[in-house]
Amino acid sequence: MINVIAAAQAAITAAGGEGGEEMPSVLAVPIDELIIGIIAFIIVFGGLAKFALPNIKRTLAERADAIEGGIERAAKAEAEANALAEQYRQQLAAAREEASAIRTQAQADRSAMIEEARAEARAAAQAVTAQAEAQIAAERSQATSALTQQIGELAVNLAGKVVGQALTDDARVRQTVDDFISDLERQAATARGSAQQ
Amino acid sequence: MSAEVVVASGQLGCHLNSGCGFPAPGAEIFLFDEVAAFTIGNLEFHITKVTILLFLVVAIILAFFIYAFRKPKLVPRGAQNVGEMAYLFIRDGIARDTIGKDGDKFVPFLFSFFFLVWLTNFMGIVPFAQIPVTSIFAIPVAFALIVYVTWVPIGIYRQGFGGFFKNLLFPPGVPKAMYILLAPLEFLSNLIVRPATHAIRLFANMFAGHLLIATFSIAAFYLLSASVIGLLGSAASFTMAVALTGFEALIQALQAYIFTLLAAVYIAGALNPEH
Repeated sequence: MINVIAAAQAAITAAGGEGGEEMPSVLAVPIDELIIGIIAFIIVFGGLAKFALPNIKRTLAERADAIEGGIERAAKAEAEANALAEQYRQQLAAAREEASAIRTQAQADRSAMIEEARAEARAAAQAVTAQAEAQIAAERSQATSALTQQIGELAVNLAGKVVGQALTDDARVRQTVDDFISDLERQAATARGSAQQ
Repeated sequence: MSAEVVVASGQLGCHLNSGCGFPAPGAEIFLFDEVAAFTIGNLEFHITKVTILLFLVVAIILAFFIYAFRKPKLVPRGAQNVGEMAYLFIRDGIARDTIGKDGDKFVPFLFSFFFLVWLTNFMGIVPFAQIPVTSIFAIPVAFALIVYVTWVPIGIYRQGFGGFFKNLLFPPGVPKAMYILLAPLEFLSNLIVRPATHAIRLFANMFAGHLLIATFSIAAFYLLSASVIGLLGSAASFTMAVALTGFEALIQALQAYIFTLLAAVYIAGALNPEH
């Protein structure tokens, strides 16, 4: 028992009186330790506030903005898409209308063209008919004059044979024949004119 | 350090039944030999293991968070993820919850306190460190003092000098006659007891926790002897020391949270005296 007490006393002496000084209280607040504690905080606060936390604060704000902005952008894109769809619909309707108009126009054009072609054809046919008629008239007139001449010659020949003398070189005879022939021609022309009417 | 004390006391061979009393740890386990000293002006600075651990914590905090937030990405990964969790915990869990919309301005302040207090506490269970820096009374006093000289000027700035003291000493909704009694009490409670308890709560928790772990660790060593009771007692003490270490880990985080939360509450009170 005495041993135990002695050992304890020795321990206390050894622990407390290590430097031969009185042991300071655990509740003592030495100024140097206080200042060191304050400095430690200031370093941490300054370092974090300057180099670390502004970055993350900005990033978090950006992230919030990105998420909110994303929603906003999506809404905007949707509205844009709707507007575009509406525009397409309108354009489609306009295009349909235009196509129908073009079709109508084309139909009208075709009718006009057919009408024109028909008119042209008619005109051409009339021209051909007119030409043919003119040619026929010319040929008839040629044939008539040729016939008249032959008839004249035949008549002179016949008359010569009937009179019994040559009448070829007599100017009076020739005049008479010519008159006769022109009279014939006149009659023929008159007859033709009345026939044409 | 406790082992040093034991060695210095020549008690390494001190076991049960060896004619040696239980060398219960006392205040001496919170005293450390100075490893360096310097003088600035009239003030002598003593650098001990605790000082070194304190600045180790400072370096770790700065290194980690500056690294984690050096180039923050919109989609976080790795260290940024962890750092962001910490940041959001302080911002949403403490600053905005307690202070409200003005809380964001105080996030760096509260953030610094939480991690400084937590990691200095945490040094108590880090092998070889094994001393909570905050169990040295001057450190919690320094921290509480910083909080004190922050919220009091904020209160005076926001409410005016007269307004601040009026709101602090004369809480509304009390009969006028009661102010004779109440004003001195409020003065004591808000301006003297508040910062004192702020520091002592942290200090005492860390001090007691460290003392408990030390006691059971020394007991496990002391009881280790050639007897059934001794061995059983040693095993039980060792188990207790391990369990207390786990428990301390919890207490350390909790005390850091409480310290930071109280700082936020004081600031909130200075900003909005109605609450």
